[in-house]
Amino acid sequence: MESSAISFYLISAFILITGLLTVFTKKLFRAAIWLLSSLIGIAALYFVMEVDFAAAVQIIVYVGGIVVLIIFSIFLTNNEGVNMPAPLSKRNFFSALAVLCGAGYTVMLLNNHVWMARSASAYDPAVKKIGYLLVSNSPDSYVLPFEVVSILLLAAMIGCIVIAIKVRPEEK
Amino acid sequence: MSGVPLTHIIIVSTLLFFIGAYGFLTRRNLIAMLMSVELMLNSVNINFIAFNKYLFPDNLDGLVYTIFIIAIAAAEAAVAIAIIINLFRNTRSIDAEDADQLKN
Repeated sequence: MESSAISFYLISAFILITGLLTVFTKKLFRAAIWLLSSLIGIAALYFVMEVDFAAAVQIIVYVGGIVVLIIFSIFLTNNEGVNMPAPLSKRNFFSALAVLCGAGYTVMLLNNHVWMARSASAYDPAVKKIGYLLVSNSPDSYVLPFEVVSILLLAAMIGCIVIAIKVRPEEK
Repeated sequence: MSGVPLTHIIIVSTLLFFIGAYGFLTRRNLIAMLMSVELMLNSVNINFIAFNKYLFPDNLDGLVYTIFIIAIAAAEAAVAIAIIINLFRNTRSIDAEDADQLKN
């Protein structure tokens, strides 16, 4: 077994264990830290798969942005150190049943499926090619979705400010 | 990385997706539910990149879709957290059971 395969299985185990801890831990702040570890593990998985740009974007946006935002909102809303309410046991049972059945069925389907690669050329995710694919005037570039996403981000930013802004009591 | 079959990567992302689904179904704290949704989105990203790398290696569309998903996930998380903070101001709680009114 080559070294990249060994590191793939180690990183996969790390991602799944920290994901499970994210879902099962009692304290909200610990869940955020386990989520952070899981996202870093996914970035490491991208590095092992030699997709460096996706790994960099994963670290910048998820680890540096979303998790920090989640930790901020935990400090703004939660009295930390207090355990989260336990899930209702009936809901817990049926959720576990649904999830186990779904995961088992999907894994069974995957085991019986044979993948057919469309071409045998080498995979080359160079940043220059990604840039041409995102913003260029060739007909197969993604320039329209790119601009739509930028407008979406602007709208989301303004929407967040409008929703979360503090209204003074006399203006209410 | 050539020693790892595609099925193993997809199984990892499947398990991560169902872990996130379990958390989304059982958690009652809104921020914890948001974290579970992030896990599910990340498992989809792994799928896109794995399919792109193994099945269609001559173009990069899966990678571009992953970048779009990450951008939209950032917008979604920001809006969700703004809503949660506003909800906390009104009800002093971020439990999903307490958020039972649209109008304050």
